[in-house]
Amino acid sequence: MDYVLSIIGPLAEGSLVTLKLFFITLALAVPLGLALALIRISRFTVASQAVNGYIWLMRGTPLMLQLLFIYFALPFVPVIGIRLPDFPAAIVAFALNYAAYFAEIFRAGIQSIDRGQYEGAKVLGFSYGQTMRRIVLPQVVKRILPPMSNETITLVKDTSLIYVLALNDLLRAARGIVQRDFTITPFVVAAAFYLLMTLVLTWFFQRLEKRHAVYD
Amino acid sequence: MPSMTEAASIASSAASPMTSPMILADDIHKRFGSHEVLKGVSLTLAKGEVIAVIGPSGSGKSTFLRCLNHLETIDAGRIDIEGDTLVANDAHGRARYVADTEVRRICARMGMVFQHFNLFPHLTVLQNVIEAPVTVKGMKREAILPKAEELLKKVGLLDKRDAYPSRLSGGQKQRVAIARALAMAPDIMLFDEPTSALDPELTGEVLRTMRQLADEHMTMLVVTHEMGFAREVASRVAFMDGGKLIESQPSAAFFANPQHPRTRAFLESML
Repeated sequence: MDYVLSIIGPLAEGSLVTLKLFFITLALAVPLGLALALIRISRFTVASQAVNGYIWLMRGTPLMLQLLFIYFALPFVPVIGIRLPDFPAAIVAFALNYAAYFAEIFRAGIQSIDRGQYEGAKVLGFSYGQTMRRIVLPQVVKRILPPMSNETITLVKDTSLIYVLALNDLLRAARGIVQRDFTITPFVVAAAFYLLMTLVLTWFFQRLEKRHAVYD
Repeated sequence: MPSMTEAASIASSAASPMTSPMILADDIHKRFGSHEVLKGVSLTLAKGEVIAVIGPSGSGKSTFLRCLNHLETIDAGRIDIEGDTLVANDAHGRARYVADTEVRRICARMGMVFQHFNLFPHLTVLQNVIEAPVTVKGMKREAILPKAEELLKKVGLLDKRDAYPSRLSGGQKQRVAIARALAMAPDIMLFDEPTSALDPELTGEVLRTMRQLADEHMTMLVVTHEMGFAREVASRVAFMDGGKLIESQPSAAFFANPQHPRTRAFLESML
């Protein structure tokens, strides 16, 4: 027991890196995903196809490959070549990747809204932007909560991929201790940390779903 | 002294409410793919008039109504709303709409009630009514609230103001939809089969609300299967079949003495 307490400190430090990556990714990927979804369903065929291609690329290659590419290969790409420090590189890779998944969730949500809602808004004089903001998106939020819950829980666990950039997240911290002390206890404690995070998320999304259920 | 053009524009703007019909639809053509749904429909609606448009399913009556407020675009023809042109033919006989902002401005004069209500499910009854005045007209919530409550009282649903649409019956939903449309202070109300999705025992309450509107001299165009409403409330009845307007008469004459054999056949089938 004393041993478990002694490793909680370093593991909690690792959790902070994990949580930081998690929240910054969400803050960037949700608005970016929404923008991509709106372009994807727009009448602008070229832009819509470009987004389609982007989503294919981001979902079609491993997130770890994207991480490695942005950190190691991007500096050598002509014109856009920039060298990002490790954590910002991880943020960029995660945000770009998750935006693609969120875009598809938003798109499905928006397209599930009945045409009558658009017509009802149109005959009241709503512009397209007003219809989206006031009528469609508030209803979309409710419908996409279950898939969003799934995706954010996956994100918590995907953050562990940043070990490839030698960033000290929760899992890498645990592995360090395992190799130092020759015991697997740190893995068990790390699992408990992940479970706690996903438990909070699950609880948060259940609350949201309940709140949005008032108009069922 | 005003210049000639000013004087002329004053004269014409003063004269137009008297001379222009509320809706002028002339030779409207509309096709969905290869299927021609409207084959040259013309209709004028005068101020305070209530026209019931009747006809068999697939006759094009709903499509015609939806063309009037730009829910569908027409292929050829002309539509004027209160003297302002919404769409007219170009030199090649193809329909050309005015600019988008103009379209929105003109269509804002028409309120519409749908067969399936199209209430906003995430908003309460009261929020449904005040949403458009606040968002579209930029009115303050407090400024529209008295009118919204008055409208809900009028349709008999003030006690449901904080309920969500899912808690209402079909008839109640439709009455909220009517109040919601009226909150934008339209000059014309369009009804697209407002009672067709309702259980028979619920149609009465909606028809009563519509009759009340007609008594207040609201200009109304009503696509309906309710012969009782057409007979008792409408000032004129128009019969459509096969994408054409077959005949249009004052309602008493329409039912007493239908001119066209197809009208007679339809009326007989309704009895």
